[in-house]
Amino acid sequence: MNADLRDVTPENPEPRPRRTVQGVLFALVLFLATALLIAVGTIWPNQADSGVADPHSRLMSANSPQKAANDLLQEIMRRDWHSAYELLGNKGEFSENEFRNDIVGEYGSLRSYATMSQFDVQSMHGSGDQAVLRAHMIWTSVVGTFEDSRELRATKNGRRWEVSWPLKKEPRVPPQVIPVNYLRWDVIYRGPEDDWGTQDVEAPHVRIVAMHPVDRAGEVVLMGEILNEDVVPAFVTVKASLLDSKGNAMSTEDAFDKISHVLLPKQVSPFRIDFHDVKLSQVDSIRMQPSSNLVPASADPVIGIESQKLNPLPNASLTGEVINQSGQVVNVAHVIGTFYDGGGQIVWVSDEYPSRALLPGNPVPFQISLPADISSKVKTYRTVATTYIASRIQ
Amino acid sequence: MTRRFSTPWAIVVLLAGFASAEELRFPAKVEAGTAFSVPTAGSGEASLSIVGPSDALERKVHLGEDIRFEADDLHNAGHYVAILSGSTSESTQFDIYASQQPASLSFFAKPSRLAVNRPNGISGVTYVFDVFGNLILKPEEISFRLADATGGVQSHKATSHEGVAWVQLNSAPKAGPAHFEASLSGVQATRIVQEVPGEPCSIRMTAKPSKDQRVLLQTDPVRDCNGNPVPDGTIVSFTERYEGQVSTVDVPLKRSVAETQLPAINGATITVASGVVLGNEIRWGGR
Repeated sequence: MNADLRDVTPENPEPRPRRTVQGVLFALVLFLATALLIAVGTIWPNQADSGVADPHSRLMSANSPQKAANDLLQEIMRRDWHSAYELLGNKGEFSENEFRNDIVGEYGSLRSYATMSQFDVQSMHGSGDQAVLRAHMIWTSVVGTFEDSRELRATKNGRRWEVSWPLKKEPRVPPQVIPVNYLRWDVIYRGPEDDWGTQDVEAPHVRIVAMHPVDRAGEVVLMGEILNEDVVPAFVTVKASLLDSKGNAMSTEDAFDKISHVLLPKQVSPFRIDFHDVKLSQVDSIRMQPSSNLVPASADPVIGIESQKLNPLPNASLTGEVINQSGQVVNVAHVIGTFYDGGGQIVWVSDEYPSRALLPGNPVPFQISLPADISSKVKTYRTVATTYIASRIQ
Repeated sequence: MTRRFSTPWAIVVLLAGFASAEELRFPAKVEAGTAFSVPTAGSGEASLSIVGPSDALERKVHLGEDIRFEADDLHNAGHYVAILSGSTSESTQFDIYASQQPASLSFFAKPSRLAVNRPNGISGVTYVFDVFGNLILKPEEISFRLADATGGVQSHKATSHEGVAWVQLNSAPKAGPAHFEASLSGVQATRIVQEVPGEPCSIRMTAKPSKDQRVLLQTDPVRDCNGNPVPDGTIVSFTERYEGQVSTVDVPLKRSVAETQLPAINGATITVASGVVLGNEIRWGGR
C-alpha cells in the first residue's frame, strides 16, 4: 500500500518500471486462463440441461432420446414453432410452415384455438443410436380437451439425439367452384311498427320423442331425443327441472352443448342434461321444458358419418369418420352419439369435437369414449353431426 | 281554455263533487267524435272537470253560456263524470260510445302455419274498432274468406258479439299460402296462413354404383298422403349397416328428392327414414 503511494508520488519516479512488469504479468495470466477455459469448454461441452431457452443450448443438451423428445414438446407447448422446428432431425422433409400447420391445424379448426396443457413421452423401443417413442399430448380448447398421440423416431447424431416428426400432411382441396344449391330459410319477424293484431311467424313445433333419467355416481343424468316435426328450421333448447314429492323444483338445468341446437325439418337430436347435486332417489317427477325458435338456417353442409364402429374395452368407444359432402369448409364439427340398449332404451349420450377442419370430401376421424360400465349395455347407436362455419357466425 | 290534469287530482275532484246535477245537462249518451253543447245556468265563472276512463280535462266556463265540445275533445268510449265547480258544486254522468262506423279490424289468424287437410284447423278472431280505436260493441256481420293456393275458397259470415267475431275453417288438401281475409263495410284485414304438407306418406329409394367404390342413393320424390311434395330442406336419413359397422348421413330434400353417396359394401343393408316415417330397405349386392 505504501509502495503504491510512493509509486504515484511525483517526487519519487523510481518505482514505475516495477509496476509495469506486474501489470504485464497480470494480463498474461488473465489471457492464459481465458484461453484455457475456452479450450476446456470446446473440448468437453456441458452435458447438463442449462435451462436456457436457446434452442442451440437444447441441441447440445439432448443426450438421450427421451430428453430430445421432451425438449421438442416443450417448445411446441410454448408455441415456439421456430425453435421446435430447429430441434427436428428431419427438417429437410417439410417446411416450418407445414410443421406448424400439422400441429395447430388449418382453416380455423379447433386446433387453431387450442393450447397444449400437458404431454408425456414413453419409450417404445431402442437400439444403439435409434429409438422409438410415443408422445401423448393433451390439448385444451373452449369445448374441452382432446388428445393427440404421435410415434416419434429419435436418432443419435454425433453426440446428441434428434427427433424426427411424423408429419401428417393435411390434404388440400384444389381451387375449384363447387355449386351448392341447398335450401336456405330467411325469416321476417313481426316489427314494432306492426299492428298489435299482426301475427308473428309461429315458432316451430318440436317434440321430445324419448327421455330416460339414470342415476350415475350419485348424480342424475337425463337423456333423450327431440324431433323438429315442423317444416321450418328450429333453434331448440331443452330445460328440465327435477321435482320432489311436493312438486318443488330441486334443480333446473339445460342441455348446454350435449345437443344439436339447430334442427332442420324432421331432424332428431339427442340431448343430455347433467344434474350434479341431486340423487335420483330424491326425485319424484321431472318437468321437461323444450323450447324452439324460428331461425334463419341453411340446409347445407351435408355431413356423412361413415365407418362407425363400437370398440370393446379397455378403450370402449365409438369411432368413425366424418365427411363433408358439401363445398364449404367446415371449421369445427361436433359429433353427438346416442347409445341404446337391446330394448331401444337410451343408455348414454356423449359427444366429440374432431380437432381438424372438414374439407370437402376429406374424411376426418372421430372417437367418442364410452364409460366402461355403459359399453357392455350398448347394442345400437345413432350419431348426428353439427357444424360451425366461421363465415356464417359473423 | 282546456287544461288536462293528473288522474290523482281528478279522483279527488270526483270524490268531492257529487252534488246536485240539476243545472248541468249533459246528454246521457254521446257518440265518439261528435261535437255537442251543454247549456249552463247562472252567471260568473266556474271550473268544469270531466273524468273518463282514459282521459281527464278541465275548463274555465262562463255560467249562462253553452259549453261547446268539439269532435276531437271526447272520443274515448266509456263512462264519464262531469263536475262543475263554482259558488256551488254540481256533477253529472254521461257515456261516450263508439262511433257507428267501423274503421279497422284487428284480425288474429291462428296458426300461421299448419298441415293440410286439418278440419277446423284454422281459427280467425276479429275485433271491430271505430276510427278512434273504440271497440264497437253493437253486432256487426263480418265476412271471412279463406282462399287457398289452388284457388279454392271457403267463405263464412259471423256476427260480432260484444265487438268480437270468430270462425273456424278447414285447411285445404293442397299445400301453399292461403289468404285469410276478414271484411266489414269496406274495411278488411288479410293474413297469410301457410298450409304445409303433412308427414311423408312413403319413402322409396334406389341405389346404383358410383365412382370410387361408392353407392349412389336417391329417393323418389317424397310426397305426403295428399300428393303434396314434402318441403325442400326436410331431412332424410340414410343408414348403411354391415357387420357392426355403420355409416349414416342426414340429407335435406332438394326438389323433393334426397340424394347421397355411401361406401359400396357388398352385403350391406341400407335403410332410409324421415322423422318417424321409415322407407324401404336395400341389400347392396354391387349392382
